[in-house]
Amino acid sequence: MPMTRRQRQRTQRGVLYGIFLAVVGTLIWLANWEPLSDQFLDLDIARQMFPEVVTIAARNTVVYTALAFGFGLLLGLLLALMKLSPVAPYRWVATIYIEIFRGLPALLTILLFAFGIPLAFGWRPPGGPAGAGVVGLIVVAGAYIAETLRAGIQAVPKGQVEAARSLGMSPGRTMISIVLPQAFRIVIPPLTNELVLLLKDTSLLAVAGATVATRELLGYSRQDLFTFSSPTPLMVAGLLYVAITIPMTQLVALLERRQRRSL
Amino acid sequence: MRADATAAPDGADPADHGHRDRSVPAIEARELRKSFGDLEVLRGLDFEVAAGEVVCVVGPSGSGKSTLLRCINRLEEPTGGRVLIEGEDITDPDADVDLLRSRIGMVFQSFNLFPHLSVLRNLTIAQRRVRGRSKSEADEVARRNLERVGLADKVDAYPAHLSGGQQQRAAIARALSMDPDMMLFDEPTSALDPELVGEVLAVMKDLANEGMTMMVVTHEMGFANDVADRVVFMDEGMVVEQGPPSQVLGSPQHERTRRFLKLVH
Repeated sequence: MPMTRRQRQRTQRGVLYGIFLAVVGTLIWLANWEPLSDQFLDLDIARQMFPEVVTIAARNTVVYTALAFGFGLLLGLLLALMKLSPVAPYRWVATIYIEIFRGLPALLTILLFAFGIPLAFGWRPPGGPAGAGVVGLIVVAGAYIAETLRAGIQAVPKGQVEAARSLGMSPGRTMISIVLPQAFRIVIPPLTNELVLLLKDTSLLAVAGATVATRELLGYSRQDLFTFSSPTPLMVAGLLYVAITIPMTQLVALLERRQRRSL
Repeated sequence: MRADATAAPDGADPADHGHRDRSVPAIEARELRKSFGDLEVLRGLDFEVAAGEVVCVVGPSGSGKSTLLRCINRLEEPTGGRVLIEGEDITDPDADVDLLRSRIGMVFQSFNLFPHLSVLRNLTIAQRRVRGRSKSEADEVARRNLERVGLADKVDAYPAHLSGGQQQRAAIARALSMDPDMMLFDEPTSALDPELVGEVLAVMKDLANEGMTMMVVTHEMGFANDVADRVVFMDEGMVVEQGPPSQVLGSPQHERTRRFLKLVH
């Protein structure tokens, strides 16, 4: 008897579930769990890391991310506006800046700023090497965010600018009141991406060198890695990264849904 | 004659119209040229709209009528010639273009309401930022104009929640909230579903009857016939013929006009 469309769909779905369970089951069965849990999930070691891994390391990671994102956003906005400027030299400067700092590995930029700034200006950013490293992160984040914002600004329909200008608004007023609010809505998803990438890029700050009090999550757990001679601290750090990013992205998704209601 | 009408729009601040001089044309274009690359869209065109006059500009697509309209408030930069707004040269490099534009209401084919702002804020933002009106004053002007276009109940709605006809009426109210001396309409009903065209045209007709100076680029020949003081037929960047609607639409003198009217009817 031929199957109805519905039955066929159900069978197909059943096969897909079957494959999924078979793969997961095989992996669980094949893996050698005992040494794995001994090495990577030594609960005794994990317990010893608390509460400092949260109160110092995770906290520093969040603070560095917030600083880098906040200032990176300002810098990115400035660069995006420069790149769209009618004045050619502004466009050149912005283009060169963006191309250089998107092209360089973030690690290199952080090293450059961590050790270059104090040498060049005899000035140490607050927070010591970690602070200087954050400046490097800001510089990199600015370059990426600039391109995201530029795309968002250009995605606002031209008619919006024309309507605002026809009402007598100046170019600056049009940008602030009409274009940027719409551009930011457009770029919320890619900006969330930048934020998550940035959070993980704070792990690069370890190369700038840091004291116990200024260490971020990965640097901190790497130190513990040597203390305990166990990879468990890295697992703990990994779990904490995820514990930070998931609520963060969910919060953004909530904001996005709320805004969409008016559109 | 409508040109002699003195009635200011209901409740409008008379001070805003104090500088209006009926003897000077509201809009005057002289030798206006506009090219996009090699394409010459306006070829040394002379054009005038008297204060209080309603002028409908008709013609085949690509004839330059929208470009003409957009050159008048310099949304499009003319390549040559001059545009005078109530005697002031808006094409002068020293002209305060923003100030002049704020006296010229403009309505677009695609409405162009600000989607991130409520209808009320759409109507108040330029009043406050450009005219410097207080919030309460701007709100009052906005509400009055929304009532005028029949949208008093949509004050707090967002543009996305309005029909096309409602959006266009809100856009007209937004332009009116600046108390403009004249209104430019760029094919205001072309993007609308047929059943929504009437409500927009009715608002425009009311506006014309109140004595507003209007320049309307349109394909609505019925509207042009009923409402216009003068119809201008354009083709290939030039005015081919103009005159009262009965003449231009009823017994056109030029072959090109006749051919066009046959196509649209």
